Amino acid sequence: MTDLASRGPAIEFDQASFRLNGRPILNEISLSVQPGETVVLLGRSGSGKTSALKLINGLQLPTSGEVRVNGRRTQDWDPIELRRGIGYVIQEGGLFPHYTIERNISLVPRIEGWDEKRVQDRVRELLAMVRLSDDVSSRYPSELSGGQRQRVGIARALAADPPILIMDEAFGALDPITRSEMQKEFLELRQRMRKAVIFVTHDLREALLVGDRIALLEEGRLIANLTPGEFEDSQNSIVRAYMEAFSDPAAVRRWA
Amino acid sequence: MTFWHFIVTNRAQVLDLTVEHIMLAGVATLIAAIVGIPLGILITRVPRLSKPVLGSANVIQTIPSLALFGFLLPAPWLGERAGRLAIFALALYGLLPLIRNTYTGIRTVDPTLLEAGRAMGLTDRQLLFQVELPLASGVIIAGLRIAAVLSIGVATIAAAIGAGGLGEFIFRGLAMVNNQVILAGAIPAALLALAVDTLLGLLERRLNAVGMRS
Repeated sequence: MTDLASRGPAIEFDQASFRLNGRPILNEISLSVQPGETVVLLGRSGSGKTSALKLINGLQLPTSGEVRVNGRRTQDWDPIELRRGIGYVIQEGGLFPHYTIERNISLVPRIEGWDEKRVQDRVRELLAMVRLSDDVSSRYPSELSGGQRQRVGIARALAADPPILIMDEAFGALDPITRSEMQKEFLELRQRMRKAVIFVTHDLREALLVGDRIALLEEGRLIANLTPGEFEDSQNSIVRAYMEAFSDPAAVRRWA
Repeated sequence: MTFWHFIVTNRAQVLDLTVEHIMLAGVATLIAAIVGIPLGILITRVPRLSKPVLGSANVIQTIPSLALFGFLLPAPWLGERAGRLAIFALALYGLLPLIRNTYTGIRTVDPTLLEAGRAMGLTDRQLLFQVELPLASGVIIAGLRIAAVLSIGVATIAAAIGAGGLGEFIFRGLAMVNNQVILAGAIPAALLALAVDTLLGLLERRLNAVGMRS
């Protein structure tokens, strides 16, 4: 999968639009993510964040325009090969309940035919990376806490060392304390990984904390694509509405 | 002559008929599983087939067993041997629970797990064998259990067309108006059904315990 880590943007939306049953979901989005960069997709439910992710891993194809992953249009990729090069983390980890932690983490490496020793070494390395002790490997997801499951979810996504990582509301189901721990650990982890990361959230605080850039989606349109500093100072009305919503508890209630 | 006396004096025949009964019901259930589970999987993949397939299996289920044996009697190859015909008819009965449970079991797998699997780059085949079937296995075994118990019960009627099995005692007892002889067929058949039900029930519980770990 090293051929994925070429030069140029890892992910590139080029005037990409997406319609579902005639309904416009995404409207001429242009956005790129460089290797080593974290771009936050921020937006409300229904703003098109999830569809944008599906365009990246080829679960959907753009109706017009292009989405390129490592320079190649998603429709030109073998979808299986494309997805194996993209680590995918979802809420609660999305772990398979019938597999032990070890099997969950090693699923893709095993499918890819790694030998047993390499698999075992990798699992141990990943557990250490997400700060879990070795003895969780024989346990089942139901025996872990939400935060632990989330860590396993990250370890699983990183298992085959994909150059791209997608975090889809990954920390959304965690309690605030665990959540903030995970955010800090993610920042440390990111330093060491140098991956292109797309981080989807509707939490502005999280976006400002983890993003190199924040891409704000509203009704399928890209409203802003700014660094956290620029985002905070922006005069754009929708960006302002977002900033105010998160600084004023009453406004948060209006937005929810 | 008491029931026990009858069993003891005819133990060789009781044993023979029990073995025959197990063969009839066992082979029929096996065939039902070999046909029903893939059919159940197929209709999760081709949804427009689900109604006709489930509907047909449902209709078969409503045909009274004695009538089904009768209908099949003139069928070419099948009608030649009573055992063959009985196994075929019993397998038909076993289809519905197996198709339906396989279908339901797979359809009720948490869609976020399927999406996670697909996003990880699992192929349809890997998704089926690594995620869907293991998570549906408890429900599928429940279908197998229903099919097996049903088959053991209906197999007693197969004696009416000369297919043997414990039903022979029942029909003979009916003709002789002798309850002891009826019981010599009915009790072993009931025990057989209970045993199979318990064994598969244990397996089902084990598999569900794994599937429920979420």
